[in-house]
Amino acid sequence: MITKRIIPCLDVRNGRVVKGVNFEGVRDVADPVEMARMYNAAGADELVFYDITASFEGRALFTDILTRVASEIFIPLTVGGGINTLEDFDRVLKCGADKVSVNSGALKDPGLIPAAAQRYGSQCVVLSADVKRVDGQFRVFAKGGREDTGRDALDWIAECVANGAGEICLNSIDTDGVREGFDLEMLDAVSARVNVPIIASGGAGKKEDFLELFGHKGIDAGLAAGIFHQKLLTIRELKEYLAKNGVEMRL
Amino acid sequence: MIAVIDYGVGNLFSLRSSLKSLGLEAVVTADPAVIRAADRVILPGVGAFGDAREKLTAAGLVPVVQAEAARKPLLGICLGMQLLFDKSYEYGEHQGLGLVPGTVCPLEPDLTGPSLKVPQIGWNALQILRDDPLFRYVKNGEYVYYVHSYYAKDCTESTLAVSEYSIPVTGVVRSGKVYGTQFHPEKSGDTGLRLLKAFAEL
Repeated sequence: MITKRIIPCLDVRNGRVVKGVNFEGVRDVADPVEMARMYNAAGADELVFYDITASFEGRALFTDILTRVASEIFIPLTVGGGINTLEDFDRVLKCGADKVSVNSGALKDPGLIPAAAQRYGSQCVVLSADVKRVDGQFRVFAKGGREDTGRDALDWIAECVANGAGEICLNSIDTDGVREGFDLEMLDAVSARVNVPIIASGGAGKKEDFLELFGHKGIDAGLAAGIFHQKLLTIRELKEYLAKNGVEMRL
Repeated sequence: MIAVIDYGVGNLFSLRSSLKSLGLEAVVTADPAVIRAADRVILPGVGAFGDAREKLTAAGLVPVVQAEAARKPLLGICLGMQLLFDKSYEYGEHQGLGLVPGTVCPLEPDLTGPSLKVPQIGWNALQILRDDPLFRYVKNGEYVYYVHSYYAKDCTESTLAVSEYSIPVTGVVRSGKVYGTQFHPEKSGDTGLRLLKAFAEL
């Protein structure tokens, strides 16, 4: 059977991996190429790289890092951050990305997802949605979680899937960095609406959180950053624990 | 030397890098003369069947691939594997290369598990049904990475390995010197590299 996936996420700024707490107050962690090697050796099923650089120089550094990682690590690589046009898709795919994650870019240009899906296939297009509860509603946020778009998250996600997004990475702003478990209520709501793979992001604090996550129908992958980067939990240890508890894992 | 056929479909970065990391000499090409001179051929591919078939035809490569397939080991990967079959029902009906008997059909209507998603995206265990030199360095049950919405059917005779997705999904086929993998060896970590190494030694 198909396995559940464990995905470390590397937020890269100016050539270094950083990890934000509630999307603010980033801290320097380490060299992304070194970290990618380590996670690959530890059994990561996929790697996600987010480019959180704003400058042109930072972007060039990012694509250089991506190229180096993709030249030596042969597991799926997803790239996000600063993807606003088909040219951005092209730029990261040429550097070895397999999937491209869009967030604000899709909110700004509703034509981006359908155009990318048509050119590269749905399997290549990941919708990354930053979602937060506002007035009892799940709302989509833009600009790295700083701006409330006023849009209903479930409608937005369903619309993107209908337009060709092949996978959803759901980041709960409410649980991000809190380390008290994934946002299961939000994940269940999304899983009830769409039938493409869902990557859960935001809130992982311990291995039990992942076991609870995969007990929920329709969740395919768990993504985390801080707990892996700070070695609070190793990928190997997590996957062995999940396998022992009946979750299908690639060991 | 391995000729990786470049007909404008999909991303060849990882395939090229993985062959390079194995120390294998590979050239990405659409030149029939280079393909004829190579001792092995890889037919990659990502995207839609009809479009890929058209591009292969437009590049004048259909007769070249068909002729070389009888002479040297050829490996089709993902959509490249699907192209090896007689025909596909992806958005209409399209003729394949006819190198492996069978048809390519949508996964969704055949799945029996209610919560299974299409495309199948992820790592699945390879069940080896028939031993083959291609599996020289790969053990039964190792995981490989799949991304697909269509799969090959009516090809029992040529199926070497499957992966379970409520139904046995065709994972590896062989007909003579022609091989195909539905999964991406270049994205299947160490397992995939070992499979490519075995292909290079066939």
